[in-house]
Amino acid sequence: MTETASETPLVEMRGICKSFPGVQASDNIDLHLDRGEVLALLGENGAGKSTLMNILSGLYRQDSGDVFIRGRKVDIRSPRDAADLGIGMVHQNFMLVDTMSVAENVILGMASLAFVPDMAAVKRSILELGERYNMKVDPDAFIWQLSVGEQQRVEILKQLYRKAEILVLDEPTAVLTPQESHELNDVVKRMQAEGKSAVFITHKMDEVIAFSDRVMVLRKGKVVAEKTTRETDPKDLARVMVGREILFHIEKAPFSPGAVVLELKDVCAEDERGLPALRELSLQLRTGEILGIAGVAGNGQRELSEVITGLRPVKSGGISINCVDATNHTPLQIINSGVSHIPQDRIAVGAVGDMSVANNLAMKDYRSAPIASGLLIFPWRILEFARRMIGAFNIATPSPETMVKFLSGGNIQKTILAREIEACGSLLIAVYPSRGLDIGATESVRKQLVAQRDAGKAVLLVSEDIEELLCVADTIAVMYDGKAVGVMPAEGADPQEIGLLMAGVSPSGKESRP
Amino acid sequence: MTLVFEKRKTVSKTAIVVVPFISFAVSLVLTGVLLVTFGANPFETFAAMFKGAFGSGRAFTETLVKAIPLMLTGLGVALAFKLRFWNIGAEGQLTLAGVAATWVAVYWSPWLPAPILLPMLVLVGCAAGALWAGIPALLKTSLKVDETLVTLMLNYVAILISQFLYYGPWRDPKGFGFPGTEMFPKAAWFPRIAGRAHIGLYFALVAAAVLWFVLQRTRWGFELKVIGNSPKAARYQGISVERNILLAVLLSGALCGLAGVGEVAGISRRLQQGLSLGYGYTAIIVAWMAQLNPLAIPFVAIIMGGLLVGGDQVQMVMGLPSSMGLLMQGMMLFPMLAGSLFTEYRIKRMTGTQTREAARGGV
Amino acid sequence: MGLITSLLAITLRAGTSLVYATIGETYAERAGILNLGLEGIMLMGAVSSFATAYYTGSLALAIIVALGVGGLMALIHAFLSVTMKANQVVSGLSITLFGTGFASFLGQRLGPASNGYYLVGLTGPRFTPFDIGGLANVPILGAVLGQDIFTWGTYLLIPLAWFYLYRTRNGLSLRAIGENPRTADAMGVNVNRAKYGYTIFGGMLTALGGAHLALAYTPGWSENITGGRGWIVIALVIFSMWNPARAITGALIFGGINAVQFRLQASGTNIPAAFLNMLPYLTTIVVLVAITWWETLSKRVGSPASLGTAYVREDK
Repeated sequence: MTETASETPLVEMRGICKSFPGVQASDNIDLHLDRGEVLALLGENGAGKSTLMNILSGLYRQDSGDVFIRGRKVDIRSPRDAADLGIGMVHQNFMLVDTMSVAENVILGMASLAFVPDMAAVKRSILELGERYNMKVDPDAFIWQLSVGEQQRVEILKQLYRKAEILVLDEPTAVLTPQESHELNDVVKRMQAEGKSAVFITHKMDEVIAFSDRVMVLRKGKVVAEKTTRETDPKDLARVMVGREILFHIEKAPFSPGAVVLELKDVCAEDERGLPALRELSLQLRTGEILGIAGVAGNGQRELSEVITGLRPVKSGGISINCVDATNHTPLQIINSGVSHIPQDRIAVGAVGDMSVANNLAMKDYRSAPIASGLLIFPWRILEFARRMIGAFNIATPSPETMVKFLSGGNIQKTILAREIEACGSLLIAVYPSRGLDIGATESVRKQLVAQRDAGKAVLLVSEDIEELLCVADTIAVMYDGKAVGVMPAEGADPQEIGLLMAGVSPSGKESRP
Repeated sequence: MTLVFEKRKTVSKTAIVVVPFISFAVSLVLTGVLLVTFGANPFETFAAMFKGAFGSGRAFTETLVKAIPLMLTGLGVALAFKLRFWNIGAEGQLTLAGVAATWVAVYWSPWLPAPILLPMLVLVGCAAGALWAGIPALLKTSLKVDETLVTLMLNYVAILISQFLYYGPWRDPKGFGFPGTEMFPKAAWFPRIAGRAHIGLYFALVAAAVLWFVLQRTRWGFELKVIGNSPKAARYQGISVERNILLAVLLSGALCGLAGVGEVAGISRRLQQGLSLGYGYTAIIVAWMAQLNPLAIPFVAIIMGGLLVGGDQVQMVMGLPSSMGLLMQGMMLFPMLAGSLFTEYRIKRMTGTQTREAARGGV
Repeated sequence: MGLITSLLAITLRAGTSLVYATIGETYAERAGILNLGLEGIMLMGAVSSFATAYYTGSLALAIIVALGVGGLMALIHAFLSVTMKANQVVSGLSITLFGTGFASFLGQRLGPASNGYYLVGLTGPRFTPFDIGGLANVPILGAVLGQDIFTWGTYLLIPLAWFYLYRTRNGLSLRAIGENPRTADAMGVNVNRAKYGYTIFGGMLTALGGAHLALAYTPGWSENITGGRGWIVIALVIFSMWNPARAITGALIFGGINAVQFRLQASGTNIPAAFLNMLPYLTTIVVLVAITWWETLSKRVGSPASLGTAYVREDK
């Protein structure tokens, strides 16, 4: 390496524009990154952070604008071109093949390797790298056997193995416990010390402060601020990011819970692989209460929502809804007992992309009047019903007959929300309802949840966003490894303590996983 | 300049209607090219085919004779395909229903009152078709066994069963060694409308209308639509995916079975070699060309029937192989499949401002 | 030759076309492409190779033609399912329908005028088993060695196909494509090119299987010469768990059934021929049910569930 590089930036992007149908994702963006620097890209969902980095890593191509690496103009046409230039991206959804080993994943797609790769040598270097960066992982393990945190380590090792000089991390802490985030920070710092650079995509202000040297704030595809991290503070950043003061507070009626709506007693259930997903879980939820379920994704939250709604068998224990036993009832029975469910997977489960907005809205109410009489249904009544819902829930769609897959994420979620709230009797289960939505949509989703609670319904809110839980929920339960490891009132709850519980550390200081 | 596919914001309704017609035209052109390479005049050939299929009243009734089983199996296949249950066993369901109908016609007629013989024959035939489709449906819904293979394998089995019967125990003792059962009693014959075209045509048209109504206007139809598009979403909405698939596939098998009943009771009036001429496979083309729309199926079936009859004519008149019709049908789906892309995508010209520069960084 | 040895000899011969097609389809499915067009491709491979051999007398040319025809047919499927994003099930079915119709057309048109332009009933050059002299009388070994060049080819193809898939860089990419094309793409693997390549490769091997039928196994052309082998192969791929090394087991089972059928028919059994002929089809169903059931069970004990997902049906 020559030192001429210190003059020119390592990466320079000039006038980058990229649009998708209906969205200007990048609008004339300039970006530069120096050697040994960590740059934070801050912005809310949909601000264009990932798009910009996907252009740098060769997954997308810009409509216009130029990219310079080490002062030289480059044309990054594929991820392979990016890798050749020393750019490595750790995606938000990991790019790993579950059924292959760590070592196989690390070398996947490397053209520089021998036709018959020397796997023993590969494994040795993985161990060496792990040693050097303090990221231990077994090269022979299969990805599906690893925890989410370990999988992220594999992703980073993969880039280190390819000698990436520029590491792009897309929302890396979203899936990590606070403790794992600290470890990640250590790894990044160590890489920085070796002269490598990193771009860090996030929407959390505190991470910007902890990780980066410099921060660039994006809003609606444009750069709205660029600052040295030392000269800024979270409040300031939040204001720039959203374009106005954010209200962390939502108006809600005083908390006065009523009768028990949902009760789980020692519920055990298994995941798809037959491994225990819920371990003797007990919970209680009352009318007029929002019970927030905190926890790192993959600790049984999805399974919890599925056992309640009858989508997953309960192995042992019992569930009662409105004091009536509902253990292992069919989904239809559960729906008929007044339970609504906003599922984690919007596109595949919550909505049917290839059907119209109107049909999606009618997917619960088609069984009864006014849409149906007897066995018959009336398409014009579905349209009528849909128009009413589109108006009431402010769903932006060209027409009720537009297929759902053509809507934005926020409007798909509104469609699901509208249907589920309309059909909701006494219990609403919402799993990550605001995930991936922009601030506006997030706010409206939260308000709807609170409105249901104020109307005397019980709401079970699964979220990985501690802030969201603190401002929306009345009671917070932390899930770890299929158990509720702590239940506390949201009012006055300590985020630090919740973070520790999420990591499996009980307040007494001992890790609860053997 | 490069051409890229851009996803449309809405599904193009024009494309849905236009694509099948273009596909038919493309298939004509491709076949024409092939005919030229084999030294035949494509225009003469197509004219002969058309004349053979639609040129006279007699020709048209023969086209209908082929169209009837194609309509019924096409409807059956379309119903299953709507649920993404790839029933390619229409051939077997048709054959087994033919066998069952023969059993009723030949062996129940001595003691069954004549007036109920025909309804009974239809009923048992449909039940046999449903049963034959029910096996893969049950395996699919209970054990998740791939239905394409099971339905297809059962075609061979059904055909071998029928062969065994008309070569063996059911062979007409007075048939001079000719493989086939004895002739059905008159009470077991399907009344004919014109030429050899029989009342199976009415059954098929009514079935198309009813199926359309069920899919569009009933709760069950709505549930089937959800299941077909996303079984996961259906389950989440409290719709019983397995039970509904099973029911729909039984119905699909019954429709294919009805086609088989028509063939034995309306055409051959006995069980013999050549019960099905591959109708169960052509049904796949019929269903897909009709975009799985029950109301379009009768029309497509008549065109396909015409191709088969026309193909036979070409053999007699021009000395070209009768498999011409099959070949043309086989080619029809390619443009159709390729064309369906345009219902969701459009072609967009992209002018690249980026110049290609294989720049390698590092020193 | 003893009974076992002769049975084994017929088994290997009958299983040969299945091995080629199974390995071809395994590769295509590993790349995420389900090709239900095998039956049609096999028929086209058979008719084109037989016609070529009949007219040119060159067996080598016949094989080259079969490879080309198979590759072209598979190219249509790759184009429809990769570029045009068509439904793979229907695309494959239409390949089979087209192949069946076209092969039948050619069989009625390509023949000499003296035979009414039919190819049926003609004899052309054929591959014959190697004469291995005294070794032919050695039990088992004689059956293995005394085979034609196609069967010998499988002895080489099976280990090679296995080695490529599990030990080479390209094999690694191929496995990744079927499991998670998005990841493979992000890691710099040219996914679409690979999908095209392996689908075409699969078509070529399948057509080779067809050529074996027409040039060696039941020499000559007859309509429906494949008798559903193209479909059985789809089941064999599932049965072998998408592992080329296991392609041999399936081929042995189905080749074995053929051998037993021959044997029983030759010995003048009382079992009607129809029932004997049903055996391969019924066995396919039984095998399919057994393997699916086993898969469901073993998933519970946590073995990699991935193997089923190699059967990717891309719907969008």
